[in-house]
Parts: sequence; C-alpha cells; structure tokens
Amino acid sequence: MSGQGDILLKGGRLLCPATGRDETGDLLISGGRIAAVGGELAAEGAQAIPCAGLVVAPGLIDLHVHLREPGHEYKETIASGTAAAAAGGFTAVCCMPNTKPVNDCRAVTEMILERAAKKGSARVYPVGAITPGLQGQGLTEMAELAEAGCVAVSDDGRPVPNARLLRRAMEYATGFGLPVVCHSEELSLSAAGVMHEGPTSTRLGLAGIPAQAEVIAIERDLALASLTGARVHIAHVSCAGSVAAIARAKDAGLKVSAETAPHYLTLCDQDVGEYDTHRKMNPPLRSAADRQAVRRALAQGVLDAVATDHAPHSVLEKELEFDQASFGVVGLETALGVMLELVAESVLTLPQLIERMSAAPAAILGLPGGRLAAGGPADVTVIATDSPWVVEPGKFKSLSANTPFAGRSLPGRAVLTICGGRITHRLAQEG
Amino acid sequence: MSLARRHLLGLEGVSAQEITTILDTAESLKEISARPIKKVPTLRGKTVVHFFYEPSTRTRTSFELAAKRLSADTVSLSASTSSLTKGETLIDTAKNLQAMSPDLIVMRHSMSGAPHLLARHIPCSIINAGDGTHEHPSQGLLDLLTIRQTKGRLDGLKVSIIGDITHSRVARSDIIGLNTMGSAVTVYGPNTLLPPQVESLGVSVAGSMTEAVAQADVVIMLRVQKERLSDVLFPSLREYAQRFGLGLKHLAQAKPDVVVMHPGPINRGVELSPEVADGPCSVILDQVANGVAVRMALLYLLIGSEAA
Repeated sequence: MSGQGDILLKGGRLLCPATGRDETGDLLISGGRIAAVGGELAAEGAQAIPCAGLVVAPGLIDLHVHLREPGHEYKETIASGTAAAAAGGFTAVCCMPNTKPVNDCRAVTEMILERAAKKGSARVYPVGAITPGLQGQGLTEMAELAEAGCVAVSDDGRPVPNARLLRRAMEYATGFGLPVVCHSEELSLSAAGVMHEGPTSTRLGLAGIPAQAEVIAIERDLALASLTGARVHIAHVSCAGSVAAIARAKDAGLKVSAETAPHYLTLCDQDVGEYDTHRKMNPPLRSAADRQAVRRALAQGVLDAVATDHAPHSVLEKELEFDQASFGVVGLETALGVMLELVAESVLTLPQLIERMSAAPAAILGLPGGRLAAGGPADVTVIATDSPWVVEPGKFKSLSANTPFAGRSLPGRAVLTICGGRITHRLAQEG
Repeated sequence: MSLARRHLLGLEGVSAQEITTILDTAESLKEISARPIKKVPTLRGKTVVHFFYEPSTRTRTSFELAAKRLSADTVSLSASTSSLTKGETLIDTAKNLQAMSPDLIVMRHSMSGAPHLLARHIPCSIINAGDGTHEHPSQGLLDLLTIRQTKGRLDGLKVSIIGDITHSRVARSDIIGLNTMGSAVTVYGPNTLLPPQVESLGVSVAGSMTEAVAQADVVIMLRVQKERLSDVLFPSLREYAQRFGLGLKHLAQAKPDVVVMHPGPINRGVELSPEVADGPCSVILDQVANGVAVRMALLYLLIGSEAA
C-alpha cells in the first residue's frame, strides 16, 4: 500500500463534518487518494508530516472565482489564480465564464481545463455561460458545455434580464443536470449605483444600490426555480431581505442553495470610508444589520456555503475615481483567515466553518471531495487556527492585490494544502 | 494664523474653531477687494493650479481672482485642454502637475471623492472646488460668512435648504458647516430629490413649502438641474416651479427679516421667482462677493501663513 509519494499526516485533529469525524489521529494519502483515516497509522516510505495542534480538514472548495484567463491575464491567470487558491487552503475552484472570450462553448471550456491540468495548483471546475457572450439573448449549447466539463451555468455579473429567457435556461439546463447559478440583481433599480444605498452613500455623495435591487431579483429567480423545478444556486447573498426570501423558498421545498462571501460577513458600507475602491464590489458591502442577518443565516444554514467571489483587478481598474473603479475584490488568500475571525467571535463553530467551505460547496454542485474518506480524492487542507498573521497583499500568489483586508491581522491560515495527493502549498516555518 | 491641515477636501471634520478662523480671516481680507489697487503681496512666489475637470464659471473666476489678489502665480487647466481627453488617468495628470511643484491645487471634478484620490497620491495642498455630488466646501464657507454677516451669528439659527438635495454638493457642505456652527437645518424638496436616509445628515425634513419657510431665518434655494428631468426625478419644470419654487407668497408667510440665498446660477421662474431673486430679502450677490474673500482666506491659511 505504501510507497514513494505517499504522505502521512500525523496526529492532527481530523475534522470532517460530512462524516461527523472530529478526533485526533493520522491520515494516509497514497496514489492521489485517501488511503486511511483515523487512529495511529504507519506507512513505510511515506513522507510523515507532524500535524499535532493543527486541524486536518477536507480541501476547501470555492464555488465562485474569476480566474481571468483567457483574456485578462494581466489580472490573473489559471496558474496564478489556482496558486492563490492553494495558498488559501482551497483544493478546488469554480471559475466564472466572464473571460474574453466568454466561456460559452466547448472550445473555451476545454482550453481552461487543459491549462488547469498543465499549470494548475487546484482542481478547476468551469461554469459555462447561460447566453452566448453573456449578451442576455439566446442560449448556449449547454449539453455540450456539460459534456466538456462545465459544472453549472451562469451569466455571473450580467444577470439575464428577461424572465422568459431565464425560465427557458433553467428548464433546458435541468435536462443536462446543470445547476443554474444566479447573480441576482435588478439592473433597472441598481442602475448607476456604486455602493450600498444608505447613510454612507448619502454622506459620500455616491449613487446608491438599494438592497431591494438584490431582493427583487432573488424573488424573481426563486419564483422561476419554483416554476421550472431547476436546481438554482444564488450567488453572493449580501442582505437581510435576500436571506428571508431564500429561507421562505427552502421552507417551501425548492431545490435552492445560496452562498455568501467573507467580506459580507465582516465588513459593512461604512468601511468604504473615504472612497476606498478596494471596498467596492457588487453586490456592495451592506449595512451592519444586513451583515448581522447574513451571519445568522450562515450559522443556521439558510445560506449553505461561503464562496470568495475572487475578482482580481489591477491598479488600472482600481486606482481611479470611485465611480470609475471596477467592482470586485480578491479573496482566495484571505477567506479562511477571515472566516476564522467568525469562529473566534463564536458566530460559527469550527466544524460549521469547515462544512460551509468544503462539504456544502461539494454537495451544491455535485463535486468530488469535501470529505475525509478512505478511497476519496486526497484533497486535504491542514489549518493552524491559532497562528495570527497580517495580510500583506504584496506577498499574494494572486497577480492582483485588490483586497479589502490589507493590513488586517487574521487569527489563522492554511499551512498545508494537498490536492489529489500533491502538495500544492506548504507554509514555510517561520522562525 | 494658519490651519492645522494641508487640504480642504470638505467641511466634514472641520471644527467650529477652524471655521471661525476662516470666516474671521475672510472678513479681514474683504477690504482688499474694495481698494483701488486690489492686490497684496502675501502669496508672491506661490503657484496655484486651477484644475477644472468640469465646466465652471463663477467658482473658477472666484478662485482665480482670490489667488491673483494675493499675488500668487496661477495656471488654469480644464478638461478640454488637458491630457484627460487623451486618456490619461487622474493620478497621472496629477503626478505630472506635482512634478512642476505647485503649492496648491484647486480642483473641480464631476465625480465624488476625486480630490480625496488626488490627496492620497500627491503631497501639495488641495482645495476641493466641488466633487460630484459630494461637497463644495468653499461654497459652504461663503454661505456661512454671508449668513453670519446678515444675522450677526450662526448659533441658534434656523436654515431651510430647498430643492435638489441629492445631487447638491452645496447642500452637503452647507448642512455640515451649519450643523457644526450650531444652526438647525431643515430640508425640503420632491422626495425623489432627497437622498436616502437624509436625516442621517443631521437635518429635519419639512412637509411643505409653507412649513419649510415659516420659521426660517435663512432660506437657501438650490438650482434645478434640467438634466434631472431626463432621469424622471420630477415630471415637469412647470410643476416644480409651482410646488418647489420660492415666490413672494411664501415670503409673506415668513419671518420679516428672512434672507434668501442661492449658489447660482439661478433658473429664474423655476426655483426662484424674479421678484424674490431681485427683492430686498435676496443676498445672492453678497454671496458672490464673499466667495472671493473666503477663497482668499483659504489660500492664505493653507499656503500663505508661514511666509506672512
């Protein structure tokens, strides 16, 4: 069983919410798979890594990233984005289709997967477009997208404005087992807004985006989910009204799931401060009350998963007037650390955090991994939960540094990431 | 005398003491504009750049006269003549200006927060001459000076600001400055032109023109921007004038010593009837004269005091 390339993680806290395991023990990796979990294990020839005092968790999975390749390689590439993922403890990422060209056909999907296989440090699961070119008209060839490797469809960032077309998309996608990921935004209401509408937008004289622009769109998308029976996943939920709508839909038995992002859980509109473009994203940072509602919903499971919406932008898009700056922040390398703040504040338990970042995303899109189980893929993240560090964007693996958390001290981080039995990140011992 | 700040980006965060210093200085500099030779050497050898990304006549003229009366060297840049039209970013343009060692940049920009961005990237003093729908601090100060002159004080006054509050940088600076100085501010306008949660600015909202005007010591009317019509923020200029314009009938219900102000330029017959604009209650031209004095005071206090 044992041999070259095998890895033996010794004496860590094996924490796997999916299987209910939470105990100190060893984990053996062989041939890219988990060979054994639990108890005291020995394996000749295996690389033994001491994990005492560390948490050994399933590899983290991010449902929502922008890898920017093809087309915007100066912001991020598949290589740099997956390296950032590995550094943040992620073993798998789902990449949104708003590249250039858009991932709306087999050729683009295959190109992404080929490059990821060649240069990637994490598993890459492409999300295909709903409409060709994200133009909001017509349908992509979803059967072929699914066959090529897309795990879902979405017009992320450019919500399908036409309800009838979105209905058709949901019906059609369901025929090929593809969930529909909704960036829910009523564009006619958010209009020219650049931040959350509230006292801070009034103070700064910036055009606001009311929370209702999100709520209205989510209500529409959930109504269409009810009409079509489609598997619908709501992206980046940011406000209390959205949470309430999703809770009602779940109570009604709809097959919906939802994610939020670390910044909605830890920041609010006031943090835009004096026009900080690194705190400009869409949906925007909401009110403190919204943040509280999103936190509670994540703890209660109304929101199923945490995803980063990792959106790299260079200084060309960010060192601008606030109105002109692009929406979006990077998140892969800070997400786990920021989420550990919520554990420290008793908003979530550590098992809940791990579940929301591994088992839940795996279940939502039917991805492998998300659990520590013998025979499963060897995607494992080893976490130091009590090892404070300061976010220094200059040290990111990502090509972009547009983080809202620069200079923030975070309680912990991933010290070792293993993807398919291969070490993709190992934090150098600091001395 | 000087201010303990390098920039004036807004009246937010400016203390009552600082405002009093600026207004007192403006009062003392006012007489220079009444002299036959309207010039003092205070800022000789200093360079002031007027950087106007957005068309402006009166603010720009006012700042230029202020600088010239203090003997500063001035350069004017406007969007149409600058590299902006060649696609240069704001920061690049600013860094190029900085390389020429100006002492102060007076900046007008169509986007909120643009001077704050500039201030993060270049070391020289910056005066915000109006940024988007955010603030216009020198206008706020000249309004405060005008009110103080006519009423003898700012503390305890009731001031009503009427019109398009949402898009008015003058309104924001007026509200902040008046609150700091102890005046009570009421706003009124069509609900579509009141910003979300406007009370958070520290104002109360009137329910009618009558209510807005009745108890006021000062009424500040704001310009209606006709482009707001295309955004369907109100149905017609006709209805606006009828419901939100200030006429003699309103003044008849107001305090006898009420004064009427307007940052200009006026849409006669829309927000102000001609009889009010030209009537005895109007101090609109005093505002213009005070504008030069306040801007002289700002230039002096920000870059002139160590040389004086």
